[in-house]
Amino acid sequence: MPFFVWAQFVTSFLLLLAFPPLEAAGVLQLMDKLAGTSFFLPSGLVVSGQQLAVAGGGSPLLWQHLFWFLAHPEVYVLILPAFGIVAEVIANNTRKPLWGYRLMVYAVTFLGFMSFIVWAHHMFMTGMGTVMSTFFQTTTMIISIPSVVILTALVISLWGASIRFTVPMLFALAFLPMFAIGGLTGLPLGLAPADIHLHDTLYVIGHFHYVVAPGTIFAMFAGIYYWFPKITGRKMSSLLGHIHFWPSFLFINGIFFPMLIQGMAGVQRRLYDGGASYSHAQGVLHWNVFMSISAWLLGLSQIAFIINLFWSIWKGKKVDSNPWGATTLEWAAAPSPPVAHGNFVEVPTVVRGPYDYSLPGAAQDFTPQHQEA
Amino acid sequence: MSASDVEAIRKQTRTYIGVFIALAIGTVLTVAVSYFHLPVALAILIALSIASFKGSLVAAFFMHLSHERKVIYWLLLLTVVFFLALMFIPSLTQWNQRYVR
Amino acid sequence: MDIPYTVEARPDTGVFNAKLGVWLFLASEVMLFGALFSSYVLLRTGAAPGTWHHGREFLSVPLATLNTLILIASSVTMVMSWASLKLNNFKQYRVYMGLTILAGLGFMVVKAFEYGHKFEIGLFPKSNTFLAIYFTLTGLHGLHVLGGMIVNGYFWGPGAKLWRTQPERFTNRIEVAGLYWHFVDLVWIFLFPTLYLL
Repeated sequence: MPFFVWAQFVTSFLLLLAFPPLEAAGVLQLMDKLAGTSFFLPSGLVVSGQQLAVAGGGSPLLWQHLFWFLAHPEVYVLILPAFGIVAEVIANNTRKPLWGYRLMVYAVTFLGFMSFIVWAHHMFMTGMGTVMSTFFQTTTMIISIPSVVILTALVISLWGASIRFTVPMLFALAFLPMFAIGGLTGLPLGLAPADIHLHDTLYVIGHFHYVVAPGTIFAMFAGIYYWFPKITGRKMSSLLGHIHFWPSFLFINGIFFPMLIQGMAGVQRRLYDGGASYSHAQGVLHWNVFMSISAWLLGLSQIAFIINLFWSIWKGKKVDSNPWGATTLEWAAAPSPPVAHGNFVEVPTVVRGPYDYSLPGAAQDFTPQHQEA
Repeated sequence: MSASDVEAIRKQTRTYIGVFIALAIGTVLTVAVSYFHLPVALAILIALSIASFKGSLVAAFFMHLSHERKVIYWLLLLTVVFFLALMFIPSLTQWNQRYVR
Repeated sequence: MDIPYTVEARPDTGVFNAKLGVWLFLASEVMLFGALFSSYVLLRTGAAPGTWHHGREFLSVPLATLNTLILIASSVTMVMSWASLKLNNFKQYRVYMGLTILAGLGFMVVKAFEYGHKFEIGLFPKSNTFLAIYFTLTGLHGLHVLGGMIVNGYFWGPGAKLWRTQPERFTNRIEVAGLYWHFVDLVWIFLFPTLYLL
């Protein structure tokens, strides 16, 4: 199966098994709101000088455990399809098989499994004691390994490749260092002692935005540019794609990198004045202006994408069924856009691996998965 | 429907009745033991052990799990692992908390 | 276009698709009820000493024992309804499925009586933490019983048409509905001692 399919497969298990505890938390919260229970409200709570008129006996920690039990697998739900898209785009635009495909599949499966037992690294500051903190710190460190394996395999896949710098490839290539920064900044957060300083600071915001914004969202852009011809039978404009990509790449770093700096200085999250009343924040607050300007410019950079998307639907250059010369099934066996009632004119049979690019002796530099000889 | 199939199903029917009787006995046993007011830890152990036994009967015979395919076994194993993590780990994080009066 | 693997097993999984589907669904349900059981454990172990109310204070063990036996019996009638279809006996299927639905109804009636009595004497979910988790757990379970009854009702009534045209596919549907129903029984087997006896 193509790596994207493996990634989606693991993601679906994460979704299946991780969402119900949040559903349960939702039910408990509904009971709190509608039936006046106090699942999350402890006894003796005083609000605005008044003792809260509830039965008490609840626990805010209960909410946190249930929430994070989902929310940690959720972040892997956000990144795994992105890994998949980047893998497909890289394989296609390097014209060679992915390096370490098997290793990547084992890694992504292991990652999926581990993602269920790391959740309380979001709760290091809730007073759970050193034994449990150590447990979660250990599992969190272990879970960083498969992500590194996947990222490394993708980088090594570039070695000796005939790289085509198409617009999807630009986004996929940018994903690699961006996700690396995002992942690396996650490590001090996953280490309980370092988290004491960094918890609830801008550093956390910088970390998760790096993985999701230049991470997942760039992978999504790569996917949109890549699969647009499949959906519409037309290609998006490459010029507008470049105008979209380069400023976006620049400004997205402009927004989120300074957050890491501010967080390390100790600026907390969710401060109504952004830290202005704290002396330890004074040295780094000037970055706020820089980040705001970057944010506006990032927003403006998206205009090229929006114009490109809508213009290309009607006026984009028409292409054949497989404009990128890809090997995976979605390109090979059907016209683009697909016919009504079913994806394929004739259901294909897979006879080879997903990345038979540049096969020695083949007529073209790619051999689709369903092609016999 | 061949004769052996019919016979196989008839035998299964006898099994189902047997399982029902075992489950009923288990239920009565659970209730009876609760009247002894055992120390909490022991009471929990016994009640959940009987419940687990009853549950495995339902799973094995009514849900046909005793001769099911590997894919279903693997799915359930995975689920049980995560279920146990969810059941025990949150309480472990407040294992040594005490109330200060 | 024909829906594949409704009767014959899929070669790679070894089961027909709906069976894999329902087991996947049941896996998610294990996590749902597991989360609520976990909440119960956390709330009870975290309760200040002397503040936790036990089930015995409020709940009727005899009624719940009756309900347990009703639900177990309904599991037997459910699997018997499937076995009847395997033996090609549609009339018997109707009888057993009808009994299953009635047993479910009986369970809900007893539950309604239990709840009603509590509300009468001023015991509500907001009265204390134990009652809160009790009503939530049994309420959610009750909704699952209701859902199962609706599905079973459909298969007893309009859904049974399929028996005439595709009997094996219909039998598989009953097997799948049975898996769900047994699961609901299984949850109760754990709910009962946890809430009423411990």
